[in-house]
Amino acid sequence: MPPARRAPRRSATVPRVGTSSAWRWCRGLFSPPVQNGARERTLSALRAVAGDEGVCVGAALREQHGRDESVHRCRPPDVVVFPRCVEEVSALAKICHHHRLPIIPFGTGTGLEGGVGALKGGVCFSLRKMDQVLDLHQEDFDVTVEPGVTRKGLNSYLRDTGLWFPVDPGADASLCGMAATSASGTNAVRYGTMRENVLNLEVVLADGTVFCTAGRGRRPRKTSAGYNLTNLFVGSEGTLGLLTKATLRLYGLPESTVSAVCSFPSVQAAVDSTVQVLQAGVPIARIEFLDDVMIDACNRFNSLSYPIMPTLFLEFHGSSRSLEEQVTITEEITRENSGSDFSWAEDEETRAQLWKARHDAWYAALALRPGCKAYSTDVCVPLSRLPQIIVETKQDLITNNLTGPIAGHVGDGNFHCIMVLNPEDPEEVKRVHEFTERLARRALAMDGTCTGEHGVGLGKRALLREELGPLAMEVMQGLKATLDPKNLMNPGKVL
Amino acid sequence: MTARVLVGVKRVIDYAVKIRVKPDNTGVVTDGVKHSMNPFCEIAVEEAVRLKEKKLVQEVVAVSCGPQQVQETIRTALAMGADRGIHVEVSGKDYDSLGPLQVSKILAALAKKEEASLIILGKQAIDDDCNQTGQMTAALLDWPQGTFASELVIEGDKVKVVREIDGGLETIKLNMPVVVTADLRLNTPRYATLPNIMKAKKKKIANMKPGDLGVDMTSRVEVLRVDEPPQRQAGVKVESVEDLVSKLKEAGRI
Repeated sequence: MPPARRAPRRSATVPRVGTSSAWRWCRGLFSPPVQNGARERTLSALRAVAGDEGVCVGAALREQHGRDESVHRCRPPDVVVFPRCVEEVSALAKICHHHRLPIIPFGTGTGLEGGVGALKGGVCFSLRKMDQVLDLHQEDFDVTVEPGVTRKGLNSYLRDTGLWFPVDPGADASLCGMAATSASGTNAVRYGTMRENVLNLEVVLADGTVFCTAGRGRRPRKTSAGYNLTNLFVGSEGTLGLLTKATLRLYGLPESTVSAVCSFPSVQAAVDSTVQVLQAGVPIARIEFLDDVMIDACNRFNSLSYPIMPTLFLEFHGSSRSLEEQVTITEEITRENSGSDFSWAEDEETRAQLWKARHDAWYAALALRPGCKAYSTDVCVPLSRLPQIIVETKQDLITNNLTGPIAGHVGDGNFHCIMVLNPEDPEEVKRVHEFTERLARRALAMDGTCTGEHGVGLGKRALLREELGPLAMEVMQGLKATLDPKNLMNPGKVL
Repeated sequence: MTARVLVGVKRVIDYAVKIRVKPDNTGVVTDGVKHSMNPFCEIAVEEAVRLKEKKLVQEVVAVSCGPQQVQETIRTALAMGADRGIHVEVSGKDYDSLGPLQVSKILAALAKKEEASLIILGKQAIDDDCNQTGQMTAALLDWPQGTFASELVIEGDKVKVVREIDGGLETIKLNMPVVVTADLRLNTPRYATLPNIMKAKKKKIANMKPGDLGVDMTSRVEVLRVDEPPQRQAGVKVESVEDLVSKLKEAGRI
């Protein structure tokens, strides 16, 4: 472990211990034809650990590992390695540490904030070969997984046990990747986010040190032992260490599920209903908001005929009797808020039909302007401020002639504007960028956050500084300097 | 109202597992590998349970043939809503050579013993892809068969089956008793929930041997060798269309 450091004197920037010479040296290391000997020696050292098939320098593979599902352009690493176990991860990290090479952890590449771009080149650690589900404890409701296990993969593995892992960010993401970005999803209102559902992590630091944040093998449902290192690494986006195992909290599958849809005359009415449903103690599982622009897009995309009004998509979990009660209370609340066209279904096929609009929202938005790309904003505010921020944001979109249908996890006060833009049009790109900055600042002004679930990644570092303030940032930078003094872990992200 | 539905469920290697051939090429590695119910059998169980929920059937009986471990598969069927289970014990060499012929003989004998009027099976198992058990069972019983069913409707003492065939869909009407095999689009099976798994522990699973049913387990098939598919070769990049055409000609492809 590196010795503890004092917080750096220059508080506004990331500590750059030896960085300028270091990264020039790295770049030199991998730019032919100068210093080819050094490059070959490093590659041999990596191959000695991960095997010949475990170290790749091919252009196509490097490009695949330099991009995710965000609009940030591809930043390929210099090498991609495929370790097969934590011992290999540690040995490879030691080599990178010795040669001062950046280390970029890679799960499934489904992130939305450019977190995997190798801004300074370096070595991408693709962890997909470590794909085992280890240690399932059904009676304790916990399971430990390696980083190659995805959310859907785990739930498929668990399907005979009556258990599931409910955090659902949409994509079939790596669970350790979800831990690294503190992912959330449509279910968070009832089951929480990754912060509440990771019990323990096995971490490899930049210098190859391997340790477990809650102690090896430990999985109590709660603990007050020492600093909460587990949640320090949840959301660290690969900037503090590589996550090679995650112990997750499981839940019982709902006995039955009912899905419902309801339209409202205004955003205010929809959000008021949401607040009242939560206040009534209904343990609602999903409560999703789609604005009129989004509903219109969904209608066109799937040939549906929802009324073009703010709409709530709801899902209830429980026993048949509990569901009856939940749906009755909710229907009453929506009626009191001028809700209309309340329809609900219990069987799988009809539920899927009912929710199709919400499921295909992303593609429906893209279909509004074929040939364009989509960027999702991601702010989160206290519930009471949600109507105001959505109304102001919609006005902003209209004033600035931007395409931005809205979908939101209203139960959490979190919503996304799916900005559909032509990435080749610099003027539009600029307008979208400025819009997203205004939106983030609007959320910050309402006691909210600039990122509810996608993470900071590459594009929101300045906003993070505004959100946290200089003193909290200094504490974060101090922690970073302690755990990664050479700044090798995913440099240029988060801080 | 139809009295009894028999549903066959097979324990197979889980679909998500990467299959490896044993070093001696006699079969695939099964030790320590995750097993679960054949996906088409899950669809069959789901259909039977839905019939019971619609009160068109009185009882759903889940059957599996194999060693001790298949009891887990029967328990999953019970957790999905089957009423009771039957475990036909087959182990050792008999289990290694167990195939559609022996299973269909067992199912035919059980159908008679249990006085079932409807047998629902998955269309095929994902390990051997035989797609024979349903057809053989119907033949042994001299019952009509509705295979590759994507829709099943009971109309009095007849069954209407919509079958998925190459040209599209074929609708047929069969007199009960009948054998139906489930295809992918018949339904979406439910997950077993914890409360139902707990309830299933109390449901009965009867044990019996093939001999009790008068079934001869001799196999007429002998597996000689199992090989992996050939390794995929690296591709070759070509610079121009002419290059591509000449390479294809060289390889005798055009």
